[in-house]
Amino acid sequence: MTGADVLLLALGAVAVGAGALVVGTQHLVRAGLWLVVCLGALAGDYLVLTAELVAWVQVLIYVGAVVVLLLFAVMLTRAPIGASDDLDRPGWPAALIGGGSGLGLAVLLIHAFRWSRVDLPAAGTADRLGEQVFRSWVLPFELLSVLLLAALVGAIVLSRTDIGRPGAPGAQRRPADGPPARPEPAGAVADEGGRA
Amino acid sequence: MRPVIPYVTAALLFGLGAYGVLRRRNAVLVLMAVELMLNAVNLILVTADTTVRAQLPHSGQVFALFVIVLAAAEIGVGLAIVLQLYRLRASVAVDDVPLTEASAPVPAGATATRPAGPACPPSGGPATDAPEGEK
Repeated sequence: MTGADVLLLALGAVAVGAGALVVGTQHLVRAGLWLVVCLGALAGDYLVLTAELVAWVQVLIYVGAVVVLLLFAVMLTRAPIGASDDLDRPGWPAALIGGGSGLGLAVLLIHAFRWSRVDLPAAGTADRLGEQVFRSWVLPFELLSVLLLAALVGAIVLSRTDIGRPGAPGAQRRPADGPPARPEPAGAVADEGGRA
Repeated sequence: MRPVIPYVTAALLFGLGAYGVLRRRNAVLVLMAVELMLNAVNLILVTADTTVRAQLPHSGQVFALFVIVLAAAEIGVGLAIVLQLYRLRASVAVDDVPLTEASAPVPAGATATRPAGPACPPSGGPATDAPEGEK
């Protein structure tokens, strides 16, 4: 056990423990805050695994943006402050599938790698990763920018309520979507969302 | 570095995420569990990048970056859908979402939380159409 192993073990234990609290806690806001702990521990894991750029992108995008968006959603859906008792469904199928997939994958990976040892490669700095992205992976990179644009437009169309109303001119133009002859407002709005 | 440690961490995180997706009723919590699963995959990719000597160096880390971008796009669209669901039905419980045409009527609070004004025509239409509204 070297120092890297000890760090990986500690950070992995923090990540798994915080992840268990994310899926187990009865407080909605606390689930989001435990998600911060879990993602931060994973960023530390990336640092130990020499993925510097990925670690900082993880901190910026996941901890900075995604968790803030999730907490906004928790508050916009009027979540109660205290513990809520209606967050869960009956648990045994979920425990069966989740535990089965998690433990099965763990057994598979332990069997594959045993207690083998590898040397850490050169660090994945922004310099080296940028070279790879812009040399070998240019097309996926450009496709991702198109995908981000599509997601942006889709989110805007989904959250605008003035598109696709039956009185609006846009709603009558596409009768082919969804079940025909249902001139109700919510169906029209959702059809707009589905096409985005 | 023993690669089995981060691999097992990732496997357990994926199992926790799958458990959370199936267990939780609140749609926002389901999205959080999806984030756990995506992060488990990222950890697998980064660890594989250190253990496997590939033709292209650092391709695992590049893939992890791509997955992070995909997760950001997914969470944006997913939360827009969740907020639209809340606006339509005043609830974000995923097992209250009717998936078929003939289903339970809309709870009484649903129409009250709609934006007032021309969004709700007074003809009583909204009470019968909401089964359509969720994807």
